[in-house]
Amino acid sequence: MNALVYLIPVALLLGLCGLGAFLWTLRSGQYEDLDGAAERILFDDDDQPSDSDPPRP
Amino acid sequence: MPDDRGSVLVGGCCGGIAVATEAADEPPAKASPSMSPSAPGVVAYVRTDGGGRSTLNLLVEGVHCGGCVSRIERGLAPLPGVEVARVNLSSRRLALAWRGPPERGAELAAAVEDLGYRVVPFDPQRLKSGEAAAERDLLRAMAVAGFATGNIMLLSVSIWAGEVQGMGAATRELLHWFSALIALPTVLYAGRPFYRSAFAALAARRTNMDVPISLAIVLATGMSLHEIIRGGPHAYFESAVMLLFFLLVGRFLDRRARGRALSAVERLVTLSATAVTVLDDDGTPNPVPPDLVQVGMTVLVPPGERVAVDGVVVDGRSTIDTSLVTGETVPAEVGAGDRVFAGTVNHGAALKVRVTAIGEDTLLGEIVRLMQFAEQRKARYVALADRVARLYAPVVHVLALITFIAWVTVGGMAWQPALMIAVAVLIITCPCALGLVVPAVQVIASGRLMRAGTLLKSATALERLITVDTVVFDKTGTLTVGRPELVRDGQVGEETLRAAAAMAAASRHPLARALARAMPGVAVADGVEEVPGAGLRLRTECGHEVRLGSRAWCDVAEADEAVGPELWYAAPGKSPVRLTFRDPLRPDAAAVVAALRARGLSVELLSGDRAPTVRQAADALGIADWRAGCSPTDKCTRLEELAGQGRQVLMVGDGLNDAPALAAAVVSMSPSTAADVSQTAADAVFLGDRLGAVVEALEVAQRSHDVVRQNFVLAIGYNVIAVPVAMLGFVTPLIAAASMSASSIIVILNALRLAGRRHVAKVAVRSAPAGGSAVAAT
Repeated sequence: MNALVYLIPVALLLGLCGLGAFLWTLRSGQYEDLDGAAERILFDDDDQPSDSDPPRP
Repeated sequence: MPDDRGSVLVGGCCGGIAVATEAADEPPAKASPSMSPSAPGVVAYVRTDGGGRSTLNLLVEGVHCGGCVSRIERGLAPLPGVEVARVNLSSRRLALAWRGPPERGAELAAAVEDLGYRVVPFDPQRLKSGEAAAERDLLRAMAVAGFATGNIMLLSVSIWAGEVQGMGAATRELLHWFSALIALPTVLYAGRPFYRSAFAALAARRTNMDVPISLAIVLATGMSLHEIIRGGPHAYFESAVMLLFFLLVGRFLDRRARGRALSAVERLVTLSATAVTVLDDDGTPNPVPPDLVQVGMTVLVPPGERVAVDGVVVDGRSTIDTSLVTGETVPAEVGAGDRVFAGTVNHGAALKVRVTAIGEDTLLGEIVRLMQFAEQRKARYVALADRVARLYAPVVHVLALITFIAWVTVGGMAWQPALMIAVAVLIITCPCALGLVVPAVQVIASGRLMRAGTLLKSATALERLITVDTVVFDKTGTLTVGRPELVRDGQVGEETLRAAAAMAAASRHPLARALARAMPGVAVADGVEEVPGAGLRLRTECGHEVRLGSRAWCDVAEADEAVGPELWYAAPGKSPVRLTFRDPLRPDAAAVVAALRARGLSVELLSGDRAPTVRQAADALGIADWRAGCSPTDKCTRLEELAGQGRQVLMVGDGLNDAPALAAAVVSMSPSTAADVSQTAADAVFLGDRLGAVVEALEVAQRSHDVVRQNFVLAIGYNVIAVPVAMLGFVTPLIAAASMSASSIIVILNALRLAGRRHVAKVAVRSAPAGGSAVAAT
């Protein structure tokens, strides 16, 4: 009984982390181009994410 | 024709403008302001932020696979200043960002076109459709409901187990309160789609499926809260939240299945948003968004582009492809003084057009209006699930009410426990299974059609396909491929053909291209000169002139025997030779017509083309009922006539002239090469060269109808057993949860059988490279 008082909140917190992670992936547009993501892994070159490329000086 | 639009534009455009300027005798600098036809328009869509960073969004046509993606991205990335070049393969969009002036956008767009893809700029603001946001909202609600269901169920299982093992009341209450803590926010947040819809229905004095759903969820949560405050043993939190989760799954699947339709509409918006090149008084080209074009302005229509306005040609000669607008297979020659219509494609040289009508007033606008009119007149089809709901909702409410009143009056119970039993009835009867019956079948059926290359746009298309007893076809582009092909009947010698093809290869006229296609491997002749609207000429070494082009161009007298499109080839010292073309039937057209007949459907042909051509096609396919020279209104009238006879018509067409008829028919399909307006109007769009998709769609519709019916029987059978039990007050939260999930799972499993069965359709394997990726896209 006493264990439940903190075990249940811990379990809920872990679940909420998962939910939060999912909502984050949704917001950051990771489901925008599922086909593209499937193909991109096959590209040979190890290119950087293009938007993090440093701007030219 | 439309399918090689992409390649037509690349490379050819510069040549086209050069020819035009030569012929129209105007300074080349003014008519060809930049390297590519769409380039001037592109700049109008560039956005710049304060820091000198410009961004541009382009719709790229012809992207099919990862190879295309990497080719475009690698082609752009090394260009100086380019910061972001990312292609979205699902939506075929390219996002570009660079440091530098906005004018560089034209250069970058041209770079993509040089790689062989046609680009159309678009304004992402305009595409932020509410639908996409709604889908995302549903997904979020579903995630929250799923999380809550899982966690509450864990607690509930403990409670149920505790009942057997003798759990203390304090522990049970603790677990109940934790459940409530999770359930209350979830019910408030994730239930909004249902409350909103139920509220709207009630406000309109109707009732729909969402009314009993909302009522059950809200009442169950409220009563459970009341119970646990009282310290009672039963709480229905897990049932309420699980119900919400299952229903959200159904709702989400339903929306997903129609996602394609929305992107097609978005494309239409985008295409009509392409900038128009307006020529100022001094002749300077000036890209202007289409809504700002006014009557009386002069616009430049570059070769290969769609005409955006209705107008009169003031300068230039060219060939206009009107097949999408009128169904005519023969491209029309236009010169100064001739009228051109929005939606037609300029194939020859650049034209200057004075605008006579814009937007709503154009022929295109007229067709759209006809379409809306047809849609309004069409009795709105009520989805099967909604029809069931109309019966179902009142019955459920009355049953719950009777239960409550009977227990209070006859049973002599206090109102709280009686209400609890009534809520149990609502939960048990709640259309969890019913809510899943149709979406589950629809998702599986449309997924199956999608793999076969047919995109279902309308949610009720499958249901409406069942009722069809008449199929009406358009000819050009539907029964036929919609692209001219050289007729090789042996009347013209191989040598002559080779010589003619060598000249034709230099031109972009559709017939010339067909001729060049028919004779592969023939090198382009040097020194070919094109006279727009007339033909080609080539000077031989000895000073003679060889001509290829229209009848008049080769000095042949007019005659009536001309049925289809033709080209004449006149070599010095020989009599002119006639090369005929025809629009070949789709390879499986005859088989499809026969298959439709075999299913007991009557087949009709309505075409805007001329009678002899239509008769030829009708005879070849064995269609007895055909009409030629139909205007969009004629087609609509004929469909109304058929509807008046009580016929349920499936219309298959591709042209702009078919769009109103597509909207008027009970259900409609169009090929993916169709005009955008038609694709918007149609309930289903099929990819590739096969017309067999029509038969296949009918078959899948029939089978999914069977499964839906079985599912309804299952769901109703479950209710017949469960409702009396609930009304008698024997239902505990455990029984409610178990029976509800069991019925939902049975319904889904039954729907899955649809996916398992092999193809019954005997139609040959598809050979559409374009289809593959679009199908995989979903």
